[in-house]
Amino acid sequence: MSELSVNHLLGIKNLQREDIELIFKTADNFKRIINQPIKKVPTLRDITIANLFFENSTRTRLSFELAEKRLSADVINFSSASSSVKKGETLIDTVNNILAMKVDMVVIRHPNPGAAEFLSRNVKATIINAGDGAHEHPTQALLDSFSIRERLGSVKGKKVVIIGDVLHSRVALSNIHCLQKLGAEVAVCGPSTLIPKHINSLGVHHYSDLKEALKWCDVANVLRIQLERQDVNYFPSLREYSMVYGINKELLDSLEKEIVVMHPGPINRGVELSSDVADSDHAIILDQVENGVAIRMAVMYLLAGKLKK
Amino acid sequence: MKMKTEKQIVSSNQFEIMIERLAHQLIENHSDFSETILVGLQPRGVEFTNRVLEKLIEITKNKDIISGSLDITFFRDDFGRRDTPIEAQELDMNVSVEGKKVVLIDDVLFTGRSIRAGMDALMSFGRPKQVELMVLIDRRLKRHLPIQPNYVGKTVDSISSERVVVKWKSEDVKDEIILLKSEE
Repeated sequence: MSELSVNHLLGIKNLQREDIELIFKTADNFKRIINQPIKKVPTLRDITIANLFFENSTRTRLSFELAEKRLSADVINFSSASSSVKKGETLIDTVNNILAMKVDMVVIRHPNPGAAEFLSRNVKATIINAGDGAHEHPTQALLDSFSIRERLGSVKGKKVVIIGDVLHSRVALSNIHCLQKLGAEVAVCGPSTLIPKHINSLGVHHYSDLKEALKWCDVANVLRIQLERQDVNYFPSLREYSMVYGINKELLDSLEKEIVVMHPGPINRGVELSSDVADSDHAIILDQVENGVAIRMAVMYLLAGKLKK
Repeated sequence: MKMKTEKQIVSSNQFEIMIERLAHQLIENHSDFSETILVGLQPRGVEFTNRVLEKLIEITKNKDIISGSLDITFFRDDFGRRDTPIEAQELDMNVSVEGKKVVLIDDVLFTGRSIRAGMDALMSFGRPKQVELMVLIDRRLKRHLPIQPNYVGKTVDSISSERVVVKWKSEDVKDEIILLKSEE
Protein backbone atom coordinates (compact mmCIF):
# COMPACT_ATOMS: atom_id res chain seq x y z
CA MET A 1 0.00 0.00 0.00
CA SER A 2 1.40 3.38 -0.93
CA GLU A 3 -1.62 5.58 -0.38
CA LEU A 4 -3.74 6.48 2.65
CA SER A 5 -7.37 5.33 2.66
CA VAL A 6 -8.50 8.77 3.88
CA ASN A 7 -8.30 12.28 2.43
CA HIS A 8 -8.20 14.06 5.81
CA LEU A 9 -6.65 13.14 9.13
CA LEU A 10 -9.57 13.68 11.49
CA GLY A 11 -8.98 10.95 14.03
CA ILE A 12 -7.31 7.60 14.50
CA LYS A 13 -10.74 5.98 14.57
CA ASN A 14 -11.11 6.54 10.80
CA LEU A 15 -7.73 4.98 9.95
CA GLN A 16 -6.95 1.39 8.97
CA ARG A 17 -4.01 -0.43 10.50
CA GLU A 18 -2.34 -0.32 7.06
CA ASP A 19 -2.65 3.49 7.05
CA ILE A 20 -0.83 3.71 10.37
CA GLU A 21 1.90 1.38 9.14
CA LEU A 22 2.34 3.44 5.97
CA ILE A 23 2.64 6.62 8.04
CA PHE A 24 5.30 4.96 10.23
CA LYS A 25 7.25 3.70 7.22
CA THR A 26 7.22 7.16 5.68
CA ALA A 27 8.14 8.76 9.01
CA ASP A 28 11.21 6.47 9.22
CA ASN A 29 12.48 8.15 6.05
CA PHE A 30 11.72 11.64 7.31
CA LYS A 31 13.41 10.92 10.61
CA ARG A 32 16.58 10.11 8.66
CA ILE A 33 16.17 13.32 6.69
CA ILE A 34 15.79 15.55 9.76
CA ASN A 35 19.02 14.09 11.12
CA GLN A 36 20.98 14.98 7.96
CA PRO A 37 23.18 18.09 7.71
CA ILE A 38 20.52 19.67 5.46
CA LYS A 39 17.16 18.90 6.99
CA LYS A 40 14.93 20.23 4.27
CA VAL A 41 13.41 18.55 1.20
CA PRO A 42 11.66 20.41 -1.63
CA THR A 43 8.66 18.05 -1.83
CA LEU A 44 5.76 20.36 -0.89
CA ARG A 45 7.13 23.53 -2.41
CA ASP A 46 3.91 24.41 -4.23
CA ILE A 47 1.57 23.60 -1.32
CA THR A 48 0.26 26.20 1.12
CA ILE A 49 -0.71 25.14 4.62
CA ALA A 50 -2.65 27.19 7.18
CA ASN A 51 -2.21 26.46 10.87
CA LEU A 52 -5.42 27.51 12.62
CA PHE A 53 -5.13 27.40 16.37
CA PHE A 54 -8.32 28.29 18.20
CA GLU A 55 -6.75 27.06 21.40
CA ASN A 56 -3.35 27.59 22.97
CA SER A 57 -0.51 25.33 21.98
CA THR A 58 3.24 25.59 21.91
CA ARG A 59 4.61 22.17 21.16
CA THR A 60 2.08 21.00 18.60
CA ARG A 61 2.07 24.29 16.71
CA LEU A 62 5.85 24.50 16.57
CA SER A 63 6.08 20.86 15.57
CA PHE A 64 3.59 21.29 12.73
CA GLU A 65 5.23 24.50 11.57
CA LEU A 66 8.67 22.94 11.55
CA ALA A 67 7.38 19.87 9.71
CA GLU A 68 5.79 22.12 7.08
CA LYS A 69 8.95 24.15 6.66
CA ARG A 70 11.15 21.05 6.40
CA LEU A 71 8.90 19.94 3.52
CA SER A 72 9.27 23.41 1.91
CA ALA A 73 5.55 24.22 2.12
CA ASP A 74 4.37 27.82 2.45
CA VAL A 75 2.95 28.38 5.91
CA ILE A 76 0.49 30.85 7.38
CA ASN A 77 -0.33 30.94 11.07
CA PHE A 78 -3.50 32.02 12.73
CA SER A 79 -4.43 32.12 16.36
CA SER A 80 -7.88 33.03 17.55
CA ALA A 81 -6.71 35.43 20.24
CA SER A 82 -5.61 38.00 17.65
CA SER A 83 -8.29 37.47 14.99
CA SER A 84 -11.78 38.40 13.86
CA VAL A 85 -13.17 35.36 15.69
CA LYS A 86 -13.34 37.75 18.61
CA LYS A 87 -15.62 39.92 16.46
CA GLY A 88 -18.08 37.06 16.03
CA GLU A 89 -17.08 35.48 12.71
CA THR A 90 -18.21 31.84 12.33
CA LEU A 91 -15.74 28.99 11.91
CA ILE A 92 -16.76 28.25 8.29
CA ASP A 93 -16.51 31.94 7.35
CA THR A 94 -13.11 32.28 8.97
CA VAL A 95 -11.78 29.21 7.19
CA ASN A 96 -13.35 30.03 3.82
CA ASN A 97 -11.78 33.46 3.95
CA ILE A 98 -8.42 31.88 4.53
CA LEU A 99 -9.01 29.33 1.75
CA ALA A 100 -9.89 32.16 -0.66
CA MET A 101 -6.20 33.01 -0.44
CA LYS A 102 -5.53 29.62 -2.11
CA VAL A 103 -4.62 27.41 0.79
CA ASP A 104 -4.40 23.65 0.13
CA MET A 105 -4.29 22.22 3.61
CA VAL A 106 -5.57 23.27 7.02
CA VAL A 107 -4.18 22.16 10.36
CA ILE A 108 -6.78 22.95 12.99
CA ARG A 109 -6.92 22.88 16.76
CA HIS A 110 -10.26 23.80 18.25
CA PRO A 111 -11.86 23.53 21.73
CA ASN A 112 -15.01 21.90 20.31
CA PRO A 113 -15.03 18.15 19.62
CA GLY A 114 -15.83 17.46 15.96
CA ALA A 115 -14.61 20.83 14.69
CA ALA A 116 -12.16 19.20 12.27
CA GLU A 117 -14.76 16.80 10.89
CA PHE A 118 -17.27 19.64 10.54
CA LEU A 119 -14.75 21.61 8.50
CA SER A 120 -13.85 18.63 6.32
CA ARG A 121 -17.49 18.40 5.27
CA ASN A 122 -17.96 22.10 4.63
CA VAL A 123 -14.79 23.49 3.12
CA LYS A 124 -12.61 22.49 0.18
CA ALA A 125 -9.22 21.72 1.68
CA THR A 126 -7.39 18.82 3.25
CA ILE A 127 -7.98 18.95 7.02
CA ILE A 128 -5.56 17.74 9.67
CA ASN A 129 -6.91 17.58 13.20
CA ALA A 130 -4.39 18.93 15.70
CA GLY A 131 -6.74 18.36 18.63
CA ASP A 132 -10.49 18.93 18.91
CA GLY A 133 -11.69 19.40 22.49
CA ALA A 134 -11.59 16.16 24.46
CA HIS A 135 -12.15 14.10 21.31
CA GLU A 136 -9.02 13.19 19.30
CA HIS A 137 -5.43 14.29 18.76
CA PRO A 138 -4.34 11.87 16.05
CA THR A 139 -0.79 13.05 15.35
CA GLN A 140 0.06 12.81 19.06
CA ALA A 141 -1.18 9.21 19.19
CA LEU A 142 0.79 8.36 16.04
CA LEU A 143 3.99 9.81 17.43
CA ASP A 144 3.43 8.01 20.75
CA SER A 145 3.02 4.63 19.06
CA PHE A 146 5.93 5.43 16.71
CA SER A 147 8.11 6.15 19.75
CA ILE A 148 7.06 2.87 21.41
CA ARG A 149 7.87 1.02 18.17
CA GLU A 150 11.26 2.74 18.08
CA ARG A 151 12.11 1.93 21.71
CA LEU A 152 10.65 -1.59 21.99
CA GLY A 153 10.84 -2.84 18.40
CA SER A 154 7.11 -3.13 17.89
CA VAL A 155 3.78 -2.11 19.36
CA LYS A 156 2.07 -5.44 18.88
CA GLY A 157 1.59 -7.42 22.08
CA LYS A 158 2.88 -4.61 24.30
CA LYS A 159 0.98 -3.53 27.39
CA VAL A 160 0.40 0.18 27.68
CA VAL A 161 -1.23 1.99 30.57
CA ILE A 162 -2.50 5.55 30.23
CA ILE A 163 -2.32 7.29 33.57
CA GLY A 164 -4.15 10.35 34.85
CA ASP A 165 -6.80 12.66 33.48
CA VAL A 166 -8.33 10.37 30.85
CA LEU A 167 -11.71 12.14 31.09
CA HIS A 168 -10.47 15.43 29.65
CA SER A 169 -7.87 13.92 27.37
CA ARG A 170 -7.99 13.74 23.56
CA VAL A 171 -4.56 12.17 23.69
CA ALA A 172 -5.99 9.22 25.65
CA LEU A 173 -8.79 8.44 23.19
CA SER A 174 -6.56 8.69 20.12
CA ASN A 175 -3.92 6.58 21.85
CA ILE A 176 -6.42 3.87 22.77
CA HIS A 177 -7.57 3.58 19.13
CA CYS A 178 -4.05 3.69 17.74
CA LEU A 179 -2.54 1.18 20.15
CA GLN A 180 -5.43 -1.25 19.76
CA LYS A 181 -5.27 -1.08 15.96
CA LEU A 182 -1.59 -1.96 16.18
CA GLY A 183 -2.30 -4.93 18.45
CA ALA A 184 -1.28 -3.57 21.87
CA GLU A 185 -3.20 -4.11 25.10
CA VAL A 186 -4.36 -0.90 26.71
CA ALA A 187 -5.39 -0.05 30.28
CA VAL A 188 -6.10 3.22 32.04
CA CYS A 189 -5.23 4.24 35.57
CA GLY A 190 -6.44 7.17 37.65
CA PRO A 191 -9.03 8.25 40.19
CA SER A 192 -12.48 7.10 39.04
CA THR A 193 -13.63 10.73 38.82
CA LEU A 194 -11.13 11.24 35.98
CA ILE A 195 -11.96 8.03 34.07
CA PRO A 196 -14.94 8.06 31.66
CA LYS A 197 -17.80 5.87 32.89
CA HIS A 198 -18.04 3.51 29.93
CA ILE A 199 -14.32 3.11 29.24
CA ASN A 200 -14.76 -0.70 29.40
CA SER A 201 -16.76 -0.57 26.18
CA LEU A 202 -13.50 0.31 24.38
CA GLY A 203 -11.96 -2.90 25.69
CA VAL A 204 -9.83 -1.05 28.20
CA HIS A 205 -9.27 -2.17 31.78
CA HIS A 206 -9.31 0.38 34.59
CA TYR A 207 -6.75 0.17 37.40
CA SER A 208 -7.35 2.41 40.39
CA ASP A 209 -4.08 1.33 41.99
CA LEU A 210 -1.02 2.89 40.35
CA LYS A 211 1.45 0.20 41.46
CA GLU A 212 -0.77 -2.60 40.13
CA ALA A 213 -0.94 -0.82 36.80
CA LEU A 214 2.83 -0.27 36.59
CA LYS A 215 3.47 -3.94 37.44
CA TRP A 216 1.25 -4.95 34.53
CA CYS A 217 2.54 -2.62 31.86
CA ASP A 218 5.55 -2.30 29.51
CA VAL A 219 4.88 1.37 28.84
CA ALA A 220 3.33 4.06 31.03
CA ASN A 221 1.94 7.04 29.13
CA VAL A 222 1.43 9.71 31.77
CA LEU A 223 -1.06 12.48 31.02
CA ARG A 224 -1.01 16.02 32.28
CA ILE A 225 -3.60 17.07 34.84
CA GLN A 226 -5.58 19.56 32.78
CA LEU A 227 -6.53 22.10 35.40
CA GLU A 228 -7.90 24.47 32.73
CA ARG A 229 -10.54 21.97 31.67
CA GLN A 230 -11.69 21.03 35.15
CA ASP A 231 -14.87 22.90 35.99
CA VAL A 232 -15.41 21.10 39.30
CA ASN A 233 -12.95 19.53 41.71
CA TYR A 234 -12.26 15.95 40.64
CA PHE A 235 -9.78 15.26 43.45
CA PRO A 236 -9.16 16.90 46.82
CA SER A 237 -5.80 18.56 46.07
CA LEU A 238 -2.85 18.42 43.68
CA ARG A 239 -0.69 17.29 46.58
CA GLU A 240 -2.96 14.36 47.27
CA TYR A 241 -3.13 13.48 43.57
CA SER A 242 0.63 13.41 43.30
CA MET A 243 0.93 11.24 46.41
CA VAL A 244 -1.46 8.62 44.99
CA TYR A 245 -0.90 8.88 41.23
CA GLY A 246 2.46 10.64 40.87
CA ILE A 247 5.32 8.54 39.48
CA ASN A 248 8.68 8.89 41.20
CA LYS A 249 11.99 7.06 41.05
CA GLU A 250 11.35 5.11 44.23
CA LEU A 251 8.19 3.64 42.74
CA LEU A 252 9.92 2.70 39.48
CA ASP A 253 12.83 1.11 41.40
CA SER A 254 10.41 -1.01 43.40
CA LEU A 255 9.19 -2.70 40.18
CA GLU A 256 10.95 -5.86 39.08
CA LYS A 257 11.25 -4.74 35.47
CA GLU A 258 12.13 -1.66 33.47
CA ILE A 259 9.24 0.23 32.00
CA VAL A 260 9.18 3.04 29.44
CA VAL A 261 7.72 6.35 30.63
CA MET A 262 6.06 8.71 28.16
CA HIS A 263 4.41 12.09 28.53
CA PRO A 264 2.75 14.20 25.81
CA GLY A 265 3.88 17.42 27.55
CA PRO A 266 3.81 19.93 29.03
CA ILE A 267 4.84 18.19 32.26
CA ASN A 268 3.64 19.41 35.64
CA ARG A 269 6.90 18.47 37.38
CA GLY A 270 6.25 17.13 40.85
CA VAL A 271 2.58 16.41 40.10
CA GLU A 272 2.21 13.50 37.68
CA LEU A 273 5.96 12.92 37.22
CA SER A 274 8.82 13.69 39.56
CA SER A 275 11.85 15.42 38.04
CA ASP A 276 14.18 12.45 38.56
CA VAL A 277 11.84 10.28 36.46
CA ALA A 278 11.25 12.88 33.77
CA ASP A 279 15.01 13.27 33.29
CA SER A 280 15.88 9.56 33.57
CA ASP A 281 16.63 6.96 30.89
CA HIS A 282 13.17 5.48 31.41
CA ALA A 283 11.59 8.59 29.95
CA ILE A 284 11.43 8.99 26.16
CA ILE A 285 9.72 12.37 26.34
CA LEU A 286 12.23 14.20 24.16
CA ASP A 287 12.28 11.34 21.62
CA GLN A 288 8.54 11.84 21.38
CA VAL A 289 9.07 15.49 20.50
CA GLU A 290 11.65 14.65 17.81
CA ASN A 291 9.44 11.92 16.37
CA GLY A 292 6.53 14.37 16.32
CA VAL A 293 8.17 16.34 13.52
CA ALA A 294 8.86 13.20 11.46
CA ILE A 295 5.31 11.87 11.95
CA ARG A 296 3.75 15.20 10.97
CA MET A 297 5.97 15.39 7.88
CA ALA A 298 4.82 11.90 6.93
CA VAL A 299 1.13 12.72 7.43
CA MET A 300 1.34 15.92 5.39
CA TYR A 301 3.41 14.29 2.66
CA LEU A 302 0.95 11.42 2.28
CA LEU A 303 -2.14 13.66 2.35
CA ALA A 304 -0.61 16.19 -0.04
CA GLY A 305 0.06 13.32 -2.44
CA LYS A 306 -3.70 12.92 -2.71
CA LEU A 307 -4.26 16.54 -3.73
CA LYS A 308 -4.56 16.14 -7.49
CA LYS A 309 -3.00 18.79 -9.62
CA MET B 1 -5.25 -5.60 -27.86
CA LYS B 2 -1.73 -4.79 -26.81
CA MET B 3 0.94 -7.32 -27.66
CA LYS B 4 4.30 -7.34 -26.07
CA THR B 5 7.45 -8.50 -27.80
CA GLU B 6 10.77 -8.99 -26.08
CA LYS B 7 14.18 -8.54 -27.60
CA GLN B 8 17.38 -9.31 -25.76
CA ILE B 9 19.87 -6.48 -26.09
CA VAL B 10 22.51 -7.67 -23.62
CA SER B 11 23.18 -11.34 -22.85
CA SER B 12 24.57 -12.59 -19.57
CA ASN B 13 28.10 -12.92 -21.05
CA GLN B 14 28.07 -9.41 -22.45
CA PHE B 15 26.67 -8.20 -19.14
CA GLU B 16 29.65 -9.55 -17.24
CA ILE B 17 32.08 -7.96 -19.71
CA MET B 18 30.26 -4.63 -19.40
CA ILE B 19 30.52 -4.60 -15.60
CA GLU B 20 34.21 -5.47 -15.85
CA ARG B 21 34.86 -2.71 -18.38
CA LEU B 22 33.03 -0.12 -16.25
CA ALA B 23 35.05 -1.19 -13.21
CA HIS B 24 38.31 -0.71 -15.13
CA GLN B 25 37.17 2.72 -16.34
CA LEU B 26 36.47 3.73 -12.74
CA ILE B 27 39.89 2.51 -11.63
CA GLU B 28 41.51 4.51 -14.44
CA ASN B 29 39.97 7.75 -13.12
CA HIS B 30 39.86 7.12 -9.38
CA SER B 31 43.06 5.07 -8.76
CA ASP B 32 42.84 3.98 -5.10
CA PHE B 33 39.30 5.33 -4.41
CA SER B 34 40.45 7.07 -1.22
CA GLU B 35 38.66 10.29 -2.24
CA THR B 36 35.73 8.60 -3.97
CA ILE B 37 32.23 7.61 -2.91
CA LEU B 38 29.98 5.43 -5.05
CA VAL B 39 26.34 6.38 -4.61
CA GLY B 40 23.53 4.21 -5.99
CA LEU B 41 20.10 5.66 -6.59
CA GLN B 42 17.20 3.74 -5.06
CA PRO B 43 15.77 1.37 -5.99
CA ARG B 44 17.54 -0.11 -9.02
CA GLY B 45 20.82 1.75 -9.01
CA VAL B 46 21.71 0.06 -5.74
CA GLU B 47 21.90 -3.42 -7.24
CA PHE B 48 24.13 -2.07 -10.00
CA THR B 49 26.37 -0.31 -7.45
CA ASN B 50 26.79 -3.54 -5.50
CA ARG B 51 27.79 -5.45 -8.61
CA VAL B 52 30.34 -2.85 -9.66
CA LEU B 53 31.68 -2.68 -6.13
CA GLU B 54 32.07 -6.47 -6.03
CA LYS B 55 34.02 -6.33 -9.28
CA LEU B 56 36.19 -3.43 -8.05
CA ILE B 57 37.09 -5.33 -4.90
CA GLU B 58 37.87 -8.43 -6.96
CA ILE B 59 40.22 -6.47 -9.24
CA THR B 60 41.89 -4.07 -6.79
CA LYS B 61 41.66 -6.14 -3.55
CA ASN B 62 40.74 -2.82 -1.92
CA LYS B 63 38.00 -3.43 0.63
CA ASP B 64 37.81 0.21 1.81
CA ILE B 65 35.87 1.61 -1.13
CA ILE B 66 33.02 3.66 0.30
CA SER B 67 29.50 3.35 -1.08
CA GLY B 68 26.04 4.56 -0.13
CA SER B 69 22.50 4.63 -1.44
CA LEU B 70 20.29 7.61 -1.94
CA ASP B 71 16.50 7.85 -2.00
CA ILE B 72 15.22 10.55 -4.32
CA THR B 73 11.49 10.23 -3.55
CA PHE B 74 11.18 13.56 -1.75
CA PHE B 75 13.23 15.39 -4.40
CA ARG B 76 11.25 14.30 -7.45
CA ASP B 77 9.62 16.92 -9.65
CA ASP B 78 6.40 14.97 -10.29
CA PHE B 79 4.98 15.02 -6.75
CA GLY B 80 1.18 15.29 -6.87
CA ARG B 81 1.21 14.81 -10.64
CA ARG B 82 1.07 11.03 -10.47
CA ASP B 83 -1.99 8.88 -9.75
CA THR B 84 -0.44 7.22 -6.73
CA PRO B 85 2.33 8.59 -4.56
CA ILE B 86 5.67 6.84 -4.75
CA GLU B 87 6.69 4.87 -1.73
CA ALA B 88 9.89 6.12 -0.19
CA GLN B 89 12.88 3.75 -0.08
CA GLU B 90 15.59 3.10 2.41
CA LEU B 91 18.39 5.65 2.43
CA ASP B 92 21.87 4.63 3.48
CA MET B 93 24.28 7.55 3.48
CA ASN B 94 26.39 7.45 6.60
CA VAL B 95 29.10 9.55 4.98
CA SER B 96 29.63 13.18 4.21
CA VAL B 97 30.40 13.89 0.56
CA GLU B 98 32.14 17.16 1.44
CA GLY B 99 35.19 17.53 -0.80
CA LYS B 100 34.84 14.00 -2.22
CA LYS B 101 34.54 12.72 -5.77
CA VAL B 102 31.09 11.17 -6.10
CA VAL B 103 29.99 8.69 -8.74
CA LEU B 104 26.19 8.62 -9.00
CA ILE B 105 25.02 5.26 -10.24
CA ASP B 106 21.69 4.30 -11.81
CA ASP B 107 20.56 1.49 -14.07
CA VAL B 108 18.77 3.24 -16.93
CA LEU B 109 19.23 6.89 -17.91
CA PHE B 110 16.14 8.07 -19.75
CA THR B 111 14.69 11.57 -19.24
CA GLY B 112 17.40 12.62 -16.79
CA ARG B 113 14.85 13.74 -14.21
CA SER B 114 15.83 11.12 -11.61
CA ILE B 115 19.46 12.15 -11.93
CA ARG B 116 18.50 15.82 -11.41
CA ALA B 117 16.63 14.77 -8.24
CA GLY B 118 19.57 12.58 -7.23
CA MET B 119 21.99 15.52 -7.50
CA ASP B 120 19.70 17.65 -5.31
CA ALA B 121 19.41 14.88 -2.74
CA LEU B 122 23.20 14.44 -2.79
CA MET B 123 23.81 18.09 -1.89
CA SER B 124 22.09 17.48 1.48
CA PHE B 125 25.21 15.54 2.43
CA GLY B 126 27.76 18.23 1.71
CA ARG B 127 29.51 19.89 -1.23
CA PRO B 128 31.23 17.25 -3.33
CA LYS B 129 34.40 18.15 -5.20
CA GLN B 130 33.10 16.51 -8.35
CA VAL B 131 30.07 14.45 -9.39
CA GLU B 132 30.16 11.86 -12.17
CA LEU B 133 27.39 9.71 -13.54
CA MET B 134 27.55 6.04 -14.39
CA VAL B 135 24.64 4.21 -16.02
CA LEU B 136 24.18 0.71 -17.33
CA ILE B 137 21.93 1.76 -20.20
CA ASP B 138 21.78 5.19 -21.80
CA ARG B 139 18.57 5.78 -23.78
CA ARG B 140 20.11 8.80 -25.39
CA LEU B 141 17.23 10.04 -27.53
CA LYS B 142 14.77 10.74 -24.74
CA ARG B 143 16.44 13.32 -22.55
CA HIS B 144 14.30 16.11 -20.98
CA LEU B 145 17.24 17.74 -19.22
CA PRO B 146 20.83 18.47 -20.26
CA ILE B 147 22.42 15.52 -18.46
CA GLN B 148 25.09 13.21 -19.89
CA PRO B 149 26.71 10.16 -18.30
CA ASN B 150 30.47 9.78 -17.83
CA TYR B 151 30.43 5.97 -17.88
CA VAL B 152 27.97 4.00 -20.00
CA GLY B 153 27.39 0.25 -20.20
CA LYS B 154 25.49 0.38 -23.45
CA THR B 155 23.78 3.06 -25.47
CA VAL B 156 20.32 2.18 -26.74
CA ASP B 157 18.27 4.11 -29.28
CA SER B 158 14.66 3.40 -28.49
CA ILE B 159 11.26 5.06 -28.72
CA SER B 160 8.97 6.04 -25.82
CA SER B 161 6.61 3.08 -26.11
CA GLU B 162 9.52 0.70 -25.62
CA ARG B 163 10.81 -0.21 -22.20
CA VAL B 164 14.25 -1.33 -21.17
CA VAL B 165 14.20 -3.96 -18.44
CA VAL B 166 17.34 -4.95 -16.56
CA LYS B 167 17.23 -8.39 -14.97
CA TRP B 168 19.83 -9.01 -12.29
CA LYS B 169 21.19 -12.43 -11.67
CA SER B 170 19.76 -14.34 -8.74
CA GLU B 171 19.42 -18.04 -7.90
CA ASP B 172 17.38 -19.00 -10.96
CA VAL B 173 17.72 -15.96 -13.23
CA LYS B 174 20.67 -14.93 -15.41
CA ASP B 175 21.72 -11.35 -15.97
CA GLU B 176 20.21 -9.88 -19.10
CA ILE B 177 18.81 -6.69 -20.51
CA ILE B 178 15.74 -6.79 -22.70
CA LEU B 179 13.82 -4.32 -24.77
CA LEU B 180 10.03 -4.61 -24.37
CA LYS B 181 7.95 -3.35 -27.27
CA SER B 182 4.22 -3.00 -26.93
CA GLU B 183 2.38 -3.09 -30.24
CA GLU B 184 -1.22 -2.02 -30.84
